[in-house]
Amino acid sequence: MTGADLLLIALGAVAVGSGVLVVTTKHLVRAGLYLVVCLGALAGDYLVLGAELVAWVQVLIYVGAVVVLLLFAVMLTRAPIGASDDLDRPGWPAALIGGGAGLGLTVLLVDAYRWSTVALAEAGTAERLGEQIFRSWVLPFEVLSVLLLSALVGAVVLSRPDIGRPAPAADRTAAPGGVDVETGGRR
Amino acid sequence: MSPSYLAQDPTLADFGRDPWWLVLIKIVFAFAFGLLATLLGVWFERRVVGYMQVRPGPNQVGPFGLLQTLADGLKMAFKEDILPKAADKVVYFFAPTISVICAVTALSVVPFGPMVSIFGHHTPLQVTDVPVAVLVLLACSSMGVYGIVLGGWASGSTYPLLGGLRSSAQMISYEVAMGLSIVAVFMTAGTMSTSGIVAQQGHGTELTIFGNSIPAPGWYAILLLPSFIIFFISTVGETNRAPFDLPEAESELVAGFMTEYSSLKFALFMLSEYVAMVTMSAVTTTLFLGGWRAPWPITIWEGANSGWWPMLWFFGKVIALVFVFVWLRGTLPRLRYDQFMRFGWKVLLPINLVWILVLSGLRSIEDWDSRGKLIAVGIPAGILLVATLFWPNRRPQPKPTTQEQVDNRPYGSFPLPPMDLQVPPSPRITRVVAEREPANIATGSDSREV
Repeated sequence: MTGADLLLIALGAVAVGSGVLVVTTKHLVRAGLYLVVCLGALAGDYLVLGAELVAWVQVLIYVGAVVVLLLFAVMLTRAPIGASDDLDRPGWPAALIGGGAGLGLTVLLVDAYRWSTVALAEAGTAERLGEQIFRSWVLPFEVLSVLLLSALVGAVVLSRPDIGRPAPAADRTAAPGGVDVETGGRR
Repeated sequence: MSPSYLAQDPTLADFGRDPWWLVLIKIVFAFAFGLLATLLGVWFERRVVGYMQVRPGPNQVGPFGLLQTLADGLKMAFKEDILPKAADKVVYFFAPTISVICAVTALSVVPFGPMVSIFGHHTPLQVTDVPVAVLVLLACSSMGVYGIVLGGWASGSTYPLLGGLRSSAQMISYEVAMGLSIVAVFMTAGTMSTSGIVAQQGHGTELTIFGNSIPAPGWYAILLLPSFIIFFISTVGETNRAPFDLPEAESELVAGFMTEYSSLKFALFMLSEYVAMVTMSAVTTTLFLGGWRAPWPITIWEGANSGWWPMLWFFGKVIALVFVFVWLRGTLPRLRYDQFMRFGWKVLLPINLVWILVLSGLRSIEDWDSRGKLIAVGIPAGILLVATLFWPNRRPQPKPTTQEQVDNRPYGSFPLPPMDLQVPPSPRITRVVAEREPANIATGSDSREV
């Protein structure tokens, strides 16, 4: 067992531990911070494996943008300092699903690869990743980007009340005499 | 030992070979550079802003007031460290540290110079370099948001929370513009390592115009001018400097996220702000201004780009950029928040995208000579300019009256009082006036004040 292996296992343990803390802690914002630790440890794992590009993109996108946005949203609505005792949703269904999925995947992977060794080309360079993504996997990549775009448009539509709803102004002008009552300005 | 290696550019293979003491020296040097730059940067900013505002600035402590920042730092260390009762203690303690660490870490991939000889080892003047060094820079600056947003939240009070929220929105918005403007640099340099980008800016292409060959400059600030401008603007936004210092707008938010901070924790926030400013200047220098390479008139001297001299050019460029930061602060008033956001998302981002599209289009035409490229750029640019010049003025839309605005509010808005409401004088006021007895001076009592 080399030092790199030890580091990999240690970082993996940190990732799993902080992942558990994310879902068990009663502190709302600290859950987000544990998520940062979890994703950061994962980035460290990538780094140990030699995939520098993926590691730093992980830090840049997930740690630097996604969780910040998550914290941002939490703080916009409610970000209590200290424990929130009203987070009392039963955790066992999620634990069952998550544990089952994790265990199933582990068993599947271990069974699939059992003792076989796979020769990997040197991983992690931007060139190789670019070639793979934009040659072999270009269709999933594009489909994913369309998915993200539609999510973006959907979010915009949901957050703006003046899109996609019948305008009440038309009704107001159609009904003569009722203008003053309907405007809302004179209530 | 021949001095030939001195002139060589470091490549990625030159990194990771240093003995441990050399690595330590480099790290300590980069750290000391950050701290010293802060000490001098605060002084420099106060003096320059003072000069711009026709006042002396700090000039009492030490020669030219150079030790003023040191004195202020000492004073801050002896102040009481206040911990708000409602604060989240752990996060409140760590937030300034996160800010400083992120700002300093970015310095580790900034090349300060070429290969030099330190105690017999020849080594690049850079702590380390990785194939994706620019991503490390971006990651560091995006992690810096945590210090601010957590500091604002953990203070447990309203203004810091608002300041922290503002800053996270601001930094995320301007990071997008920043990342996109670096994309142009990647595409042109073909590498993401900082030393590689500096090396690429060393050799410019030869432009042949009317039979004369003119050496075109290799700096990306000139080749990729739109990217450079956008990058610098988003750098100012990213470091929370005026005119984009909305997270700490004192007229709206007291001091923003650092309102509750005092003593050394406040000093750490200050430190991180100035280190970030210097780091960003260094990064701009590296990516766009040729890094440690000497500017044109100096390059006539052949030894300009070898040995320890490049460090001087590098520091010169960094100081010039810091001066621009200070200049902006002394010149421009703070933007309003919505203007700032509109600028980032509706101006910088589309321009950036179009520019990247144009650039990649140009780069895909490889078999053209430089003159053909020049024509290919020049004609559309000219058409664009003429079109902008003769574009019919957009007639300003007639402003809706107050009543129209009220009528057009979406259904379910808060009720408003009528616009022409006449508020009758309160009956209570007349009663008070009526009840007051006329002052009677004739009684001569001194105790009664009229």
